[in-house]
Amino acid sequence: MRRYSVFAVAREALRFHQGWARAWANPEPKKRYDVVIVGAGGHGLATAYYLGKNYGIRNVAIVEKGWLGGGNTGRNTTIIRSNYLQDPSAAIYEKARSLYEGLSQDLNYNVMFSPRGLLMLGQTEHEVRGYKRTVWANNLQGIETEWIDTARVQKLVPIMNTLGPRYPVLGALYQARGGTARHDAVAWGYARACSDMGMDILQNCEVTGVRSAAGQVQGIDTSRGPIDCGKLAIVVAGHSSVLAEMAGFRLPIESMALQALVSEPIKPCMDVVVMANTVHGYMSQSDKGEMVIGGGTDGFNNYTQRGSWQHVEETVRALIETFPMLSRLKMMRQWGGIVDMTGDRSPILSTTPLGNCFVNCGWGTGGFKAIPGSGWAMAELVAKGTPGPLAAEFGLNRFKEGRFIDESVAAGVAH
Amino acid sequence: MSTRLATGGRLIDRTKPLNFTFNGKRLRGFAGDTLASALLGANQMLLGRSFKYHRPRGLVGSGVEEPNALVGLGRSGRFEPDQRTTTTELFDGAETVSQNHWPTLDLDIGVVNNWAYRFLPAGFYYKTFMFPRFAWKHLFEPIVRRSAGLGRAPSLRDEDRYEQAYGFCDVLVAGGGVAGLAAALAAARKGARVIVLEQTAHWGGRAPVDGGTIDGQSPDDWIRNTLQTIEKMENVTLRRRCMAAGLYDHGYVLGYEQIADTTPGDGRPRHRLWRIRAARVVTATGALERPLAFAGNDVPGVMLASGLRDYLVNWAVSPGDRTVIVTNNDDAYRTALALHEAGLVVPAILDARASVTGALPDAARALGIRVLEGRGIAKVHGGKRVTGVSVCAQAGEGSVLEDIACDAVAMSGGWSPIVHLWSHCGGKLLWDAPRAMFRPDAARPPTGADGQPMAVAVGAANGVFALSAILAEAKDTAPAPAIPAPDDEAPMAPVWVMPQGAPDALRYKMWLDFQNDVKVSDVQLAAREGYASVEHTKRYTTLGMATDQGKLSNINGLAILSDALGQPIPATGTTTFRPPYTPISFGAIAGEARGEIFQPLRRTPMHEWHATHGAHWEPVGLWRRPYTYLRHGEGLHDSVRREVRNTRAAVGLLDASTLGKIVVKGPDAGKFLDMLYTNMMSTLPVGKCRYGLMCSENGFLSDDGVVVRLSEDSWLCHTTSGGADRIHGWMEDWLQCEWWDWKVHTVNLTEQFAQVAVVGPNARKLLEKLGGMDVSAAALPFMTFTEGVLAGIRARVFRISFSGELSYEIAVPASEGMAFWTACLQAGEDLGLMPYGTEALHIMRAEKGFIMIGDETDGTVIPQDLGLGWAISKKKADYLGKRAQERAHMANPDRWQLVGLETLDGSVLPDGVLALAAGVNGNGQKNTQGRVTSTYFSPTLNKGIAMGLVRHGPQRMGEVLDFPTEGGKVVQARICDPVFYDKDGEKQNV
Repeated sequence: MRRYSVFAVAREALRFHQGWARAWANPEPKKRYDVVIVGAGGHGLATAYYLGKNYGIRNVAIVEKGWLGGGNTGRNTTIIRSNYLQDPSAAIYEKARSLYEGLSQDLNYNVMFSPRGLLMLGQTEHEVRGYKRTVWANNLQGIETEWIDTARVQKLVPIMNTLGPRYPVLGALYQARGGTARHDAVAWGYARACSDMGMDILQNCEVTGVRSAAGQVQGIDTSRGPIDCGKLAIVVAGHSSVLAEMAGFRLPIESMALQALVSEPIKPCMDVVVMANTVHGYMSQSDKGEMVIGGGTDGFNNYTQRGSWQHVEETVRALIETFPMLSRLKMMRQWGGIVDMTGDRSPILSTTPLGNCFVNCGWGTGGFKAIPGSGWAMAELVAKGTPGPLAAEFGLNRFKEGRFIDESVAAGVAH
Repeated sequence: MSTRLATGGRLIDRTKPLNFTFNGKRLRGFAGDTLASALLGANQMLLGRSFKYHRPRGLVGSGVEEPNALVGLGRSGRFEPDQRTTTTELFDGAETVSQNHWPTLDLDIGVVNNWAYRFLPAGFYYKTFMFPRFAWKHLFEPIVRRSAGLGRAPSLRDEDRYEQAYGFCDVLVAGGGVAGLAAALAAARKGARVIVLEQTAHWGGRAPVDGGTIDGQSPDDWIRNTLQTIEKMENVTLRRRCMAAGLYDHGYVLGYEQIADTTPGDGRPRHRLWRIRAARVVTATGALERPLAFAGNDVPGVMLASGLRDYLVNWAVSPGDRTVIVTNNDDAYRTALALHEAGLVVPAILDARASVTGALPDAARALGIRVLEGRGIAKVHGGKRVTGVSVCAQAGEGSVLEDIACDAVAMSGGWSPIVHLWSHCGGKLLWDAPRAMFRPDAARPPTGADGQPMAVAVGAANGVFALSAILAEAKDTAPAPAIPAPDDEAPMAPVWVMPQGAPDALRYKMWLDFQNDVKVSDVQLAAREGYASVEHTKRYTTLGMATDQGKLSNINGLAILSDALGQPIPATGTTTFRPPYTPISFGAIAGEARGEIFQPLRRTPMHEWHATHGAHWEPVGLWRRPYTYLRHGEGLHDSVRREVRNTRAAVGLLDASTLGKIVVKGPDAGKFLDMLYTNMMSTLPVGKCRYGLMCSENGFLSDDGVVVRLSEDSWLCHTTSGGADRIHGWMEDWLQCEWWDWKVHTVNLTEQFAQVAVVGPNARKLLEKLGGMDVSAAALPFMTFTEGVLAGIRARVFRISFSGELSYEIAVPASEGMAFWTACLQAGEDLGLMPYGTEALHIMRAEKGFIMIGDETDGTVIPQDLGLGWAISKKKADYLGKRAQERAHMANPDRWQLVGLETLDGSVLPDGVLALAAGVNGNGQKNTQGRVTSTYFSPTLNKGIAMGLVRHGPQRMGEVLDFPTEGGKVVQARICDPVFYDKDGEKQNV
């Protein structure tokens, strides 16, 4: 693989960039792979990458129904944080966050990780108590977060109205090393690295069936023909239940559309990420200048990746109260992504009733931030057949045992 | 130069001059102008700078498609960035500033990016800026951010107001051009309720500019006559300046109406957002002309042929004296004819088609205009303004055949139907190869709730351009079987790159997306690097991601991508069309809901009294409750402590009206409540109260409250204040979805009653003074209720206590709430009565060891963790959560359980702090063995008290735990009984 650098760009400039190679190959499917990963989103590609990097497993295919990175990886609001309350969540999200810190260098692809700081506003006494509890927990988990007062919030976010008549800002849970990254670049960077390791990324390749014998997975049928595999990893977020049904088991997942939108681009006016869970909205400014806004999930299950209207109004109202200047900006585009929600709003990284078939799903509204950690833990699970410490608590059996990992008290509903 | 012509201009009123400013320069236009036409009329060709290379930019179009001419408009609380000049109507006193440059529009330092263009191709930032690691955040990203963005951010609160409205109709027509008006008339004549939305201030669309005849009339006459007919019909609503912004499921259409943009401060709402439910939608949204991709096509003075024609005909503005026309179709000849008629010079028409015949070219030739066949533009000359063009053969590689001096260029690459609305909700497109356009596929329309087609496209939006065909089509709103060629026009020839064999050096100067600076070379680079999906190309190059959302660039871009990939255009497909059609104001989206009422505000009947008696508010759900009642000069802590001490010593008064009150009634009500609560409620005797717990299906404690049996078949369920609506919804969920055959009726009466808690040793005396009811211990023992009259007001009196004191909660009709509150205040005057707020309530319940939902519970706690096993009926076969609580982890004796905690030094434990255990877990996190759930300073005991959940807690009384806090400090606390005050309950049972 030709390394990307400013010198390479300069050399190519002299010949009108005619010499660049494909970022990832476009191969025909082979008959068999050691591991087939369904879903070339961030989580699937990261799983493949760490399978190769950490375990030397490179005879891998990543099959994708559409175009790689086209699901929630390319639809989210790019927030990265690890200020979670429960130990298992904090561990895997912090693993992800710390991998993000060096991901551009690791992949030789600038994913623009920007640890610009992230605030979760405390706007009720109850919320304040929840966030303070999170700070204590984070201290013991080795995650740097702090509770900051209103004056410091105001200094970090001059455009915020902290004295709103309904929910004045009482302070915030602050993670200075939280931030954002360029979502598409995360998928592309992993894809390029996977392709470079000799893995096959098969786009426009829809899985139509899962073949098994004696309780062990044998392979998959796809729109590009049958593919045999030693192990199968299902990493398809919103459509996890559909794939699980093909593999012969059910998942405790509900799929819903999560709404997001952006404003027209303006000059820099907010340097941090702000999440306001009481009023329910979150916002950051992209490097292009758009205000990137996330809202709620639709109140009904569906698979259409479309924007709906009602939540947009609620979200915008909440954010105008928090950032009055927003009223004079315009909404440029809205869209929806299908999120896979579990009963405790925590993910599933698990073995399944089908032998050598593994599942990674249930990231719900907060999957983007987890991509490197999720891939790291999933690779370990697939390679070894049993979960390591990062994935151990996220098995499917927790629903049978009632061992929930519920973040709702600290995370609100938004991620 | 661009100038205002001496005559003409069908939309302007020369008797009404308007003054405005651009970058402080005072300029003049006329009523009827847009900002764009007024600026152009004042010879202001340079209007802004592009996003990436900061290249000088002027107007390209005349409508919503405009990517370049965006300005900041207004000032202070009415300043707004990124306003599209082409769709902003001019008004007197308008203040505008150009964007994205420093220090000035003419001299912009950012233009260094343009000189370095070869080093900044699409996606260069993915390949660079990686070392050293910290540099992205601290060095490169700030530079990128400052260089990008467009307009300045507004900083002040919006001075305008907005409103929202609902509409309902059988047929919604989006677009008030000829096709839209004809379709509206046809539908209205069939008796349908019709709403017509037109985004501009004018009816008729392009027809008056383009000419022709409709039903034997001139376009202007036909439009006037048709409007007269429609306006007389009561079943039709016409709305101008109202854009159909989006089409959502089941015929939900968003209409964005601009009301007072041109009259700031006149008191009317600035925008109105319509939420319209339509049985059918007719998309008559017209078409957009495509630019051509030739080198230098972004130099100010290069415009769309249709846009240039609009400026001439509608506003009598000529962008240049000598205009070269470059086209691949007949329509652009209309611009040549219009220029000629205005007395302006057209040095040449460069037509990419090898041979040109037909009525329009013949008309041009007849006027002596040079028509050069098979020719295109090799290069546009000029920097901030066109100075000339080099002509080349379209089939060649760009060798210059001739230079032509000119100061404007009108380009036309053909037309694309506007298919946004059609596509928003799932309508599919087909590729019409001969005319090189995507148009709606009538066989795959968006479908409505009934599974039937929800939308039909007519006119240019359907690819039908001939006026005669439009009329015929609109009348039966059925798609034309065969689409006729536009009147008297010869076929166009697709041209995606000009000239066809252009070398790299030229392709690096051919713009596709003007605002985001995406060029032909960028799309080709994306294809070369494997970003082959149209979505990858879009995201890699930012093609179509600017404020115009690709209105001019999408089709050209995907044609070039298809060519680079060697595949047909339909195989590439389009990116997704998403709402809104053009950006709409956040103000309109929020509507009237702003400030104090941005969410519904709920008030108890005593709200005003609280407000005037020092209430320090705390939001609780949509309610506001007094946290405490501040007296003059008092701090929050002092005030709360005073309230606690007074209630314990004398008597306190609490507005408990926010408490949820749900009546459950019916023959199966008892059975239902037995399922809902962990307790047995069916056996509760009439007149008795019982503290009940509700769990989720997963077994976690979700709400608590006192249940009262009002009569044989009626129970009153009290819920937490924040939980009332959720619990009512929860009840209905079970009754409607699972137990639909049970005879149970529920009603949420939370707001129908005011509820007042009279708490403290003097509580009974106070009620006796109110009079009308026997409230003695014998008549009304603890955990009973009675109905009657108190202080002359009908009342339900519950003898319950959440503080450990002698306590009554009295419910009266909401309308009598304030009267009852006042009666209590008067009666309590010499009994030491003081009102108290939520914080005193919380402290007193903590002193008694009572749990609070949301503090002791957080969605992971089961009643058994809280020592509430006594409230779980062992006799019942089932209740919601029972099965879940039998799961392995729930029955695990290692679960953390409720205890009291007292610090060794009497200090207050911090909120939520965790108790350390030895060692670390598999992920290197420090182990813990408990946490604080509630912690207060107890004014009664004069020391810190806390409740918490601790592993094996109840078996470890007296053990000391370490709680690490800030800066490595450790607070030590001893495990104790959670009941700190009146352990035997002597106070409440008097």
